[in-house]
Amino acid sequence: MAEKHIDELSGVETTGHEWDGIRELNNPMPRWWLWTFYGTIVWGIAYMILYPAWPMVNEATKGVLGYSSRAELAGEMESARLAQGGIMEKISKVSLEEILADPQLAQFATAGGASAFRVNCVQCHGTGAVGSQGYPNLNDDEWLWGGDINAIYQTIAHGVRDTVDADTRISDMPAFMDILQPEEVRQVAAYVVSLSGTPRDASMIEPGKQLYADNCASCHGESAEGNRDLGAPNLADAIWLKAEGEAEIARQIQAPKHGVMPAWNARLSSETVKQLAVYVHSLGGGE
Amino acid sequence: MSAARLLRSLIYVKDAWGFRWDKRVKKWNCAMNLYTAEHLNVDASGQDSDSADEGSARGALYESRRKIFPKRAEGRFRRFKWLVMLITLGIYYLTPWIRWDRGPYAPDQAVLVDLANRRFYFFFIEIWPQEFFYVAGLLVMAGFGLFLVTSAVGRAWCGYTCPQTVWVDLFLLVEGWIEGDRNARMKLDAGPWTFDKIRKRVFKHAIWMAISVSTGGAWIFYFADAPTLAYDVVVGNAALVAYSTIAVLASITYVFGGLLREQVCIYMCPWPRIQAAMLDDDSLVVTYNDWRGEPRNRHAKKLAAAGEPVGDCVDCNACVAVCPMGIDIRDGQQLACITCALCIDACDSVMDKIGKPRGLIAYATLNEYQSNMELATDNGTTRINPKKVRDADGSFVDQVRHFDWRIIFRARTLLYMGVWSAVGVAMLIALLNRDRLEVNVLHDRNPQYVLESDGSIRNGYTIRLLNMIPEPRTILLSLDGLPDATMKINGLSSDDGRLFAVSVDPDKATTLKVFVTVPARALPDGNESFSFIAEDRSSHEHDRYNATFNSPEGKK
Repeated sequence: MAEKHIDELSGVETTGHEWDGIRELNNPMPRWWLWTFYGTIVWGIAYMILYPAWPMVNEATKGVLGYSSRAELAGEMESARLAQGGIMEKISKVSLEEILADPQLAQFATAGGASAFRVNCVQCHGTGAVGSQGYPNLNDDEWLWGGDINAIYQTIAHGVRDTVDADTRISDMPAFMDILQPEEVRQVAAYVVSLSGTPRDASMIEPGKQLYADNCASCHGESAEGNRDLGAPNLADAIWLKAEGEAEIARQIQAPKHGVMPAWNARLSSETVKQLAVYVHSLGGGE
Repeated sequence: MSAARLLRSLIYVKDAWGFRWDKRVKKWNCAMNLYTAEHLNVDASGQDSDSADEGSARGALYESRRKIFPKRAEGRFRRFKWLVMLITLGIYYLTPWIRWDRGPYAPDQAVLVDLANRRFYFFFIEIWPQEFFYVAGLLVMAGFGLFLVTSAVGRAWCGYTCPQTVWVDLFLLVEGWIEGDRNARMKLDAGPWTFDKIRKRVFKHAIWMAISVSTGGAWIFYFADAPTLAYDVVVGNAALVAYSTIAVLASITYVFGGLLREQVCIYMCPWPRIQAAMLDDDSLVVTYNDWRGEPRNRHAKKLAAAGEPVGDCVDCNACVAVCPMGIDIRDGQQLACITCALCIDACDSVMDKIGKPRGLIAYATLNEYQSNMELATDNGTTRINPKKVRDADGSFVDQVRHFDWRIIFRARTLLYMGVWSAVGVAMLIALLNRDRLEVNVLHDRNPQYVLESDGSIRNGYTIRLLNMIPEPRTILLSLDGLPDATMKINGLSSDDGRLFAVSVDPDKATTLKVFVTVPARALPDGNESFSFIAEDRSSHEHDRYNATFNSPEGKK
């Protein structure tokens, strides 16, 4: 530090540094800046006292206000629940038919179901609930296990071929490769596609029809209309879930693939499952 | 020097706002310089002292505020301003309390901005958010209205109706009532802090704050039912936002109206700068007519007896004393002048007393002023000579130009008027013809279509029926086109059909999930257009929405 030096021109003391003959005036900080700076110090001290601030060995100091972000989250969740005005409690109490009959409950459940669907269901059924091969389209009017609101609820709640849930939807189509000859499988497949309007020659259809009556009709029905108690699909309509076209149908007969869905009542609250049922029912195919 | 100060203020404006000022500056500067005859090295008034040294007149970059103690003016402009203050404050404070019956399904407040329900009510008009362009139209009209007023009568907005001016006027009224007029206030301010001074100051600021709080308080009543909210605010049940709005607006009112006053106009407001650009040579501005006022002198009679030229201005400073901006109008047109015309009142009363014609300070156009200045200075060759504008008997010579009201109706103002009216008429026509029943359709995008088990194709649509009147209605929703299609509406009916009656809530949008199904035999190849029609048979209103039906291509 050099000795005290006053700048001649301005009469202001310099900082004492010199670089190539250039000195820096030691003007005071602007007052507004200084007071803002003091203000931040006061603020900082007050903050340390009021809010959690100092990390200790196990946890941080709590602060006199007792603030915590977890408590804030809990408070926000609670106020969100209160903002629903008890409508969730109502949904858990009343039956599904009553929910559908009440426009306010139905609207709430549809919206709530839609958001639950986006989190839990879209992975298999797709964002538009259109499914894909092996994963049912929930928009259409074909239902393996029934399309009224209670059947939909039952399917979602207990799942399909769930390994744990005792009430799960379950059925097992045998692999016909052990029962039928390959030629017989082709004949059945030809008969099945002919049911939905694809023309086939009689030489395939006639034996196929007989084989169908003997082996398939017990589950899929005399006229292939399906059986919802068994989850046996309608084979005479335009919608194909697991197989489309004669070759794929033959493969499905020989070694069937079976769909699986978890029992959602083990993972979601009953209100959420109810809302999901209402949402799926609202997609257009609900009965 | 007037011209120099004007030039400085305009240059400051140019720097601050980046506008093209050069032309105007040159013009005004020439005009003013010419007639104050600076280049003749003759000090026209003998009073202006700062013209001698331009350098020192530039002043410091920072200047402390000089306190202003405006004297109460009396006269026609003051009376007009009281009237304007009464009307504008009356509108502001009372409007939310006007009731307007709209039936049981809508609020009965005449003017209401209902943010929660996204409605704006204005007497017989109700605006939905999608009709907000009406408000934009009003803003366009407000803009052109200001252009019109400014080009015709100068900064009338600043001088009479600007909230800053009105509230400052109100605050000054309170100040004068408690502390007395100009001289008493100056004395009080300079005096020591006696008990009386403290009492007066506390009383004054308390009333100012009361006015400020009620100003902030009046604002919130535009956003909710006024009587209910007033009760809630008083008992402490209103929302936090209501109290914080009152607090913010009250402090702005108090700080702007009570403490900052003229500094808001001079330093904060952009409008003076913009208005300066909209004035032209035919705009009416408050003008000191130095062609008849100069040379000013306090001892006119003595000088006249000695044969010296004497102007009408007796240099009584009455115009300066009443000015709420603390300026001297005799320095010429300037940025800080809000053209409140109080100096006209002050000067007129002095002119009346000394038996001179009124109008030494008056509303005048630059053209008139220039012409009269040319007359008084022999086209700028001499300093101002009152004899040039007066006959022997003291009356003005015929060549003196007086204000001609026809100048207000010139091409420019007529153009503004035309645009202003055109926007107004267009909005009125749009308002009278607007739909109160609308149907909006959103086609499902995922999935675009659904194959049903019988081979038919179904499309989903989200339909919103907008019932924009505060009465419940039954709307018939039907299909036009796709002759084989049927429709199904969730929650309304489980049957298929082509026409449904939908009960819609008053003043609400009703959302419907609608499925349209076309049987396999009638399927279009690809997309086909059709329409949804919403109809209210009782009022013969109907709306149509052109939609598209999607089906797979090449599958027919």
